[in-house]
Amino acid sequence: MADEAENAGQGENAHGGLEAGLEVAIGTDHGATDAAGMPQLDFATFDNQIFWLILTLLAIFFVLSKIALPRISAVIAERQGTLTNDLAAAEDLKRQAAEAEESYNTALANARAEAQKIAQETRDEIQAQLQVEIDKADAQIAARASEGEARIAEIEAGALATAEEVARDVAAEIVRALAPGQDVDADAVSAAVTARVRG
Amino acid sequence: MATESTNSQAKSGAGKMIFFVLIGLAVLAFIAALLDDYEGGLSIHPMDQFIVSPLFGDGPVGMFTITNATLWMALAVLAVVLLMVVGTRGRAVIPSRSQSMAELAYGFVRNMVEDVAGKDALPYFPYIFTLFLYILCANFLGLIPGSFTTTSHIAVTAILAAAVFLTVTILGFVKNGAGFLSLFWVASAPLALRPILAVIELISYFVRPVSHSIRLAGNVMAGHAVLKVFAGFAGALGLAGIAPIIGVVAIYGLEVLVSAIQAYVFTILTCVYLKDALHPHH
Repeated sequence: MADEAENAGQGENAHGGLEAGLEVAIGTDHGATDAAGMPQLDFATFDNQIFWLILTLLAIFFVLSKIALPRISAVIAERQGTLTNDLAAAEDLKRQAAEAEESYNTALANARAEAQKIAQETRDEIQAQLQVEIDKADAQIAARASEGEARIAEIEAGALATAEEVARDVAAEIVRALAPGQDVDADAVSAAVTARVRG
Repeated sequence: MATESTNSQAKSGAGKMIFFVLIGLAVLAFIAALLDDYEGGLSIHPMDQFIVSPLFGDGPVGMFTITNATLWMALAVLAVVLLMVVGTRGRAVIPSRSQSMAELAYGFVRNMVEDVAGKDALPYFPYIFTLFLYILCANFLGLIPGSFTTTSHIAVTAILAAAVFLTVTILGFVKNGAGFLSLFWVASAPLALRPILAVIELISYFVRPVSHSIRLAGNVMAGHAVLKVFAGFAGALGLAGIAPIIGVVAIYGLEVLVSAIQAYVFTILTCVYLKDALHPHH
């Protein structure tokens, strides 16, 4: 501190010398506004500055402690409260959303199972009906087939009988043609043909 | 892209050139000014800005005289009121710009007090915040050209520092009784060293208010004086005055920084001293 003052004082001395020269040269006078050394060390102004400084500090202190600080701390507390509430509300909403999603998923799974069940039932029903129809159709087909077989057998039998008859007639005619004048034993021819046809 | 980068390189190269030319000019100007000085053309009064003078009329400065110091202290109060009261009048949960500035200052100093001096120092927060806001506003107001910087005066900073010193010392004894003296008795040091350390600690304790006050006043005063000197060169040099003007701009930027930093330093040291008073044991 003393150093600073001394330096400034020296500067001032040099400056003062120049100033004197200047005054001689131009004839101006700075004396009234010139700093005498460091104005900071002008003790005559200390009581003034100290008085007003204390007043200033008291003013700032009262403004702060009576108005500004309570206000700001209230605002900050309010903001903190709002934030906490909002966060809690957000948490609650999030939980609700999760619950809703879960119930939706459950409902979806239930619906899916129900649909599966209904589809299965329908499928079974259709299968059963189909089976009934198939059985019916099979029975009809079997009936038709046996009927056809019977007719075929009938026709076959008819055809065999006709063939036998034709064979007997033909055989009799052949015998008659081969042995004219001879009496044809109808029964013998018939027995012979029958034996041949039956294998 | 490539041409752009070469362009900017060329530009920065040109900028450097201009910078060096300006420095050269400044040196030349300085020499010219020195030479000129012998002929009596240069007249710089860097300390005139610190003169305390009555605001109305002439005459001696008495204790209750309204001076330029009074005016700028009142303006500092006004600035504090504008920031902390008018700025926060909305009391909004979502703050306006001015309100968030006020809250920023509040939170900054409050956190500083809590972090440095502990939770039990919070009752003294309004006091520390008062000091911080006064110094900050006074420093910034002092940077207005033509203004008066109240914090450049040792009378002002000495009172601020003495108030802190007295408060902290009294508080230390009130809270800890004679135990406060353990601040000077370094229990962690070897026994033989402790008396020596106690003397050193004692001296450093009493040097605290001195360094506390001179740091602030010295920084502010030096910056303003340098600004004034450069401005004086600019006035004396005519066209070449552009070099000191650039210097003034650069130093002004530095001074803005110094204003904030010195307010911060003063406040955090106050917190440190307060911590010593509340928890004197090393």
